[in-house]
Amino acid sequence: MSFGIPFFPQEASSEAGQVDALFYTLLAFSLVLGLALTGLVVGYAVKYRVGSKADRTGKRSRSLPLEMSWTVASLVIAFIFFGWGATLFVRRDHPPADALEITGLGKQWMWEFRQPGGQREINELHVPVGKAVVVSLAAQDVIHSFYVPAFRIKQDAVPGHTTHIWFIATEPGRYHLFCAQYCGTQHSEMGGWVTAMAPEQYAAWLNSQGEGETLAASGEKLFRALGCSGCHGASSKVRAPSLEGIFGRPVALDNQQTVIADERYLRDSILVPKKEIAAGYEPVMPSFDGLIDEGELQMLLAYLKSLSPQPTAGARP
Amino acid sequence: MSRAAMQGTYLAEGSGPRAWLLTTDHKRVAWLYLISLTAFFFLGGAMAVLMRIELATPAGDLVSDDTYNRLFSLHGIIMVWFFLVPSIPATLGNFLLPLMIGARDLAFPRLNLASWYVFIFGSLFALFAVVAGGVDTGWTFYTPLSTLYANGWVSTAAFGVFIVGFSTIMTGINFIVTVHTLRAPGLTWFRLPIFVWTLYATSLVMVLATPVLAASLILIVLERVFGIGIFNPDLGGDPLLFQHLFWFYSHPAVYIMILPGMGVVSEVLPCFSRRPLFGYKAVAISSMAIAVFGFLVWGHHMFVSGQSAYAGVVFSFLSFCVAIPSAIKVFNWSLTLRKGEISFETPMLYALFFLALFTFGGLAGLFLASLAVDVHVHDTYFVIAHFHYIMVGGMVTAYMAGLHFWWPKMTGRMYSETAGRIAATVTFVGFNLTFFPQFVVGFDGMPRRYHTYPPEFQFWNVLSSAGAVVLAIGYLMPLFYLGWSLFRGTHATDNPWNATGLEWQTSSPPPPHNFETMPVVTRPAYAYDMKGLEHERFSPHREEAAR
Repeated sequence: MSFGIPFFPQEASSEAGQVDALFYTLLAFSLVLGLALTGLVVGYAVKYRVGSKADRTGKRSRSLPLEMSWTVASLVIAFIFFGWGATLFVRRDHPPADALEITGLGKQWMWEFRQPGGQREINELHVPVGKAVVVSLAAQDVIHSFYVPAFRIKQDAVPGHTTHIWFIATEPGRYHLFCAQYCGTQHSEMGGWVTAMAPEQYAAWLNSQGEGETLAASGEKLFRALGCSGCHGASSKVRAPSLEGIFGRPVALDNQQTVIADERYLRDSILVPKKEIAAGYEPVMPSFDGLIDEGELQMLLAYLKSLSPQPTAGARP
Repeated sequence: MSRAAMQGTYLAEGSGPRAWLLTTDHKRVAWLYLISLTAFFFLGGAMAVLMRIELATPAGDLVSDDTYNRLFSLHGIIMVWFFLVPSIPATLGNFLLPLMIGARDLAFPRLNLASWYVFIFGSLFALFAVVAGGVDTGWTFYTPLSTLYANGWVSTAAFGVFIVGFSTIMTGINFIVTVHTLRAPGLTWFRLPIFVWTLYATSLVMVLATPVLAASLILIVLERVFGIGIFNPDLGGDPLLFQHLFWFYSHPAVYIMILPGMGVVSEVLPCFSRRPLFGYKAVAISSMAIAVFGFLVWGHHMFVSGQSAYAGVVFSFLSFCVAIPSAIKVFNWSLTLRKGEISFETPMLYALFFLALFTFGGLAGLFLASLAVDVHVHDTYFVIAHFHYIMVGGMVTAYMAGLHFWWPKMTGRMYSETAGRIAATVTFVGFNLTFFPQFVVGFDGMPRRYHTYPPEFQFWNVLSSAGAVVLAIGYLMPLFYLGWSLFRGTHATDNPWNATGLEWQTSSPPPPHNFETMPVVTRPAYAYDMKGLEHERFSPHREEAAR
């Protein structure tokens, strides 16, 4: 550290300390076991070298009790580490309900973020300290991966999917943001910085960026411009279902099945509308595949989600 | 060497290209493979050295980003498919499997030769892709990068790998049938050397998993060339499907690579300890357990891919399960040394280095199987370090142990013991210097496949690059002293290490059909604790000729 040589990465999120606790326990276990085995082998190699006078009586080439005990011991230790790692991991799926929702779009070779108030950032992400932040990730072209080592978090952004990652920054500072999934020529240059700020400073920063248009507002404009409102508007219920409160609601399909209108369903309904058809309607909706890009799709999804009463942050029905 | 000493051996059965290129003798096919694989190993190694030189500084100053991306892609493709997968099975396995079970050849000698031609044909396809412009998808060919955006010769390289897969399947089928049908009288399953067990387990995985790789690569070519939507979301496909298919092959493939290495070490450690392998049955069964569990853990490559968190939990659990048989083996190998008469010839040094590197590489695997830790170190240098500890520190070190162990049998010559020990030690030092720093820089957050990197990671990268040079020297040395021994080495006796195993009971080098008389087996493997070993030879005439 003192020579500028990093041994241990910074811990700057609520997750970091907990991941590191498991990491260092694994490290201690590995060093103890690995060095003990190495010591055993070196010890045997010296003691029983050819010509040594070591006692060689009582040789054995198998021992059921010994073999059983190291098998059982390995199992127990493995399951402890499994349980520990899994317990921390499943929390990824459960962000706090009041989390700040930021959208992120990965494309060759940059990250584009949109704050809840609509402020756009390229290769920079500002977040408040001490508050849960959910980043909804999409990818324009190939798979990218949102990686902030100081937060110990990583999530791929996959074309055709919406993925999520959440964290609570704990230390103000500037931290590396990397793309961890190889994405072509300038993969190693794709990235930037995450700036964690005290809440007041974050609010001031947001103000200084001016009132951006929120993603949902952009989505609403797009909804009209693309003509979606012609059929899906609140007043017209003949040709297409109204989308008021659609997000998170069960939708009856014409094949007797019911699906929950989550991000996957909404995305597919825009791009591949013939895949799942709402019961009672003709399959007349055209596909918007190729007509809108991933960023515009994110706007539409944000708008549709804003039509639902429940808080959308991180809600995954 | 005098011509007389070679008479009556497989090496004297005709010379010239025809006698070698049209041979169906498994021992000569092994040499065909050995020569081709050595060329690929040094080609892939040269690419790694170039990458390490580039990474000595944070800026991208030696090669361009596109060149760097092609280098690591081809390094991976060559090392995985054109070296590691065939390495031990196609060279040492080909040479030794019939000898170890007392057979005259493999069950299908012509299929064996055909597999080499298929291998060469497929690898030339991939080499053509290198010369024509290179491939920049990484060895993993992830979609949609590989199908839509990559600008290289992806289809050609993927088709080359596809063809080489058939050679793998041919070898696998050949080995399975050979082990089932051609064992000498008295050679029951639980008297088989562990090397045979591991070749058998590896062959099963080869035959079952390779077709899935073939299917996924063909789907890539279909999507790239004909625009059929399978993985591309714009065409109604799903990129994650490719990852599932790819890892369903590629995770078992790492067991294809490591299992035969475990087999080699299970031969060498008992021999130079003069002790039977500790817990023989557990080692044999754990080899099969690894082969079976290996099929169920592919999802641990996808913890952060967007696959369901609960799928992640299941795959993590199964990944911990697959660690158990590996741990059992390490304990058994270590205990084998107890109360032995240990000597430190070159093969033993390599085997001991294998044991150390495999142990630490395997322990690093526990970090990666632990979900929350994997989220942080996934796709960083920590993963690179982990699999190089297993694949290079483990597998290649075992390969070197095996090559030095059976070299006298294959060539009838001894190499310089001093040179061998120096090379083994240089390799061990160079390896750790290269790859240990990568654990640290990976935990610090340096992602893999980075052409440039932030300056604070430089210290560890410089160490790693320096290590790569030492490691290269360690791997180049055997090329010279083993090559020298072919012409100037002293004659090997039939059993220079005084080892058990049927392969040592025929002459060095063996006659064309391996054994003068059909061997009959009356003992378990590794009967180093039984008296009178050195008096049991089935073809004593070679010894007389050597005198």
